[in-house]
Amino acid sequence: MQKLGDFKLPHFFNYPPYFTLQPVKETREKQIQLWKELILDYCRTQKIFVIKLEEEFPLFSNSVIERTLSHEAREAFLSALVAEGRSEWLDKGRRSCLILWHRIQDWADIIVNFVKDNGFEDSVMTVEEIRSGIESRGTELHGIDRTILMRALKLLEQKGKLAIFKGTSTDDEGIKFSV
Amino acid sequence: MSNFFSKAEVTSSGRPVFLRNEVERHLLSGVDLEPEDYRFSPLKSGILILTTHRLLWLPSSSATTLTSASSIPLASISHIFSKKSLKSVFHSPRIRFQFLVSSDGRVFDPGSGSGSGSSTGSGSRSVVVTAVVRGKGDCDGFLVKFWDSWRARAWESNETTGSGSGLASGSGAGTGTGGGLYSTDGSVRMVGVAGILRKEQEIWESTDKSLQDAFQDLNALMSKAKEMVMLAEKMRQKLLAGTSSQTSGTNDEEMGSKEEMQDWLLSVGIISPVTKESAGALYHQQLSRQLADFVRTPLERAGGMINLIDAYCLFNRARGTELISPDDMLQACSLWEKFDVPVMLRKFDSRVMVIQNKSHSDEEVFARIKSLATKPEALRNGISPTDAAMTLGIAPAMAKEHLLTAENKGLLCRDISPDGFRFYINLFPEIDPFNIYLRLKATRCFAEFSVKDYGICITWIKAVSTSG
Repeated sequence: MQKLGDFKLPHFFNYPPYFTLQPVKETREKQIQLWKELILDYCRTQKIFVIKLEEEFPLFSNSVIERTLSHEAREAFLSALVAEGRSEWLDKGRRSCLILWHRIQDWADIIVNFVKDNGFEDSVMTVEEIRSGIESRGTELHGIDRTILMRALKLLEQKGKLAIFKGTSTDDEGIKFSV
Repeated sequence: MSNFFSKAEVTSSGRPVFLRNEVERHLLSGVDLEPEDYRFSPLKSGILILTTHRLLWLPSSSATTLTSASSIPLASISHIFSKKSLKSVFHSPRIRFQFLVSSDGRVFDPGSGSGSGSSTGSGSRSVVVTAVVRGKGDCDGFLVKFWDSWRARAWESNETTGSGSGLASGSGAGTGTGGGLYSTDGSVRMVGVAGILRKEQEIWESTDKSLQDAFQDLNALMSKAKEMVMLAEKMRQKLLAGTSSQTSGTNDEEMGSKEEMQDWLLSVGIISPVTKESAGALYHQQLSRQLADFVRTPLERAGGMINLIDAYCLFNRARGTELISPDDMLQACSLWEKFDVPVMLRKFDSRVMVIQNKSHSDEEVFARIKSLATKPEALRNGISPTDAAMTLGIAPAMAKEHLLTAENKGLLCRDISPDGFRFYINLFPEIDPFNIYLRLKATRCFAEFSVKDYGICITWIKAVSTSG
């Protein structure tokens, strides 16, 4: 089985038509579905949160069969992810895409579980600590994209599970949990 | 009533006699002249002519002979009203103006009597008259010219020029000196803004005239052509009448000449539809049958399908001399529907048109394409239109049409790369998104079942992996 780093690629990754945006509606729908799954899977395992369309992205090329997804194809597949709510465009020009292989709500749940597991129910932490502190190592929170983290925290704030307050510097926003 | 206005002289054919240097500016028909205070009875439905010097009203030809042509000198006009009113939307356009009336109750005419150019006589009163334009003329244009002419005061410059040249020495014909529009030789001078306007007008008028002359010739030509066409139609009618009433005992010579006549008519450009529902001209019917016969051989050679353009070229080349137009070709092919011929015209989605055998079956072609696309070589590298062309025995352009149609049906899918445009057997329907690594199911019977499902995928994987 072919691999991309340590990611196991499905067999149809070597099927050349997979890299050409299909015109026939039914075929295209299936193609889009397969690509959506593949992108989410890859990003989840590789912990990739942002895809930039104009840059090289290992998943979008296959050197064995010498095929690369065109810009149009990339936009089509990512737009399909956006439509499904698993992704968001970061700019109007659609050059950069935020991948939500966990939905924001899922991330919120993960944070809550993290807090409970570590007994942080009433304590205070900085945002950075959540992202890269010792406690988060080994969890999915480690190395999470800051934008996504903030969104999840804000969602929890709305639900009253925590409070966000500004620290001494902009990097150091603090969280007071009240889970 | 007819005594109220000055009488205008009219020629024997009903045209007004113009004064020296008087030029007609505009004409409106269907005009009623109505006074505002019943000083005279209205003049109904005449022709109103504006000249540089006067307003003329001519009775229409249907009027009684008692009504004569009348004139109002522009010099006696004291006011022209602008005609904008809400009423004008619903009524016929109207032109209102006011002129002076001298003591004897008639229109003040400065030209008669003293001639010294005094604009008001003693004891003059004014009358307001409305000209109601019931005809279709350009009322706005008339009004504009009315103003222009009235302000231009052509009658005055006439007098001054007249008196000026009298003072000048000699009776020789000099070019007009002094002010005014008209020079002594009667031609119009180009002076001032009025002069520019005049010049524009003249240019326009002369262009108009020359256009009219040109069209006169064309009209003459068209009337002649009309005669010719009518003649041809008559002959056609005769022919048709003759053909339909023929009995079987007619001799061939007559039939031949009638057909000749028909052909000749056709060459002149007259198609003769017998009825609308019928199959069109005999010519096209014959052509259609001839084409169906001819096209059989090329069709066989081309594997059952041939591009319409190719067929057209072959057909014309075979005919040698009497070449047919693309339109004729299209007509002939369209007629096939109505006959019982073994060929048909087919239009693809890509708008390519082909001639194919009626016995041609798309399904059969698809089966052949599928078997081609599932060969190991094709599984690895796909098929190009050329490959398909060679296998199917048809032209590459036709092969491409077939491949595209197969793609539309979901049989194939495309692969576009720097290497070109290729087609692969469509695996997408076979791919199960929940089992993309093709893990076989646990139990044995399930395993057998799943292997069958992924039959083509497995085949493909095998083919691809053997290539190293």
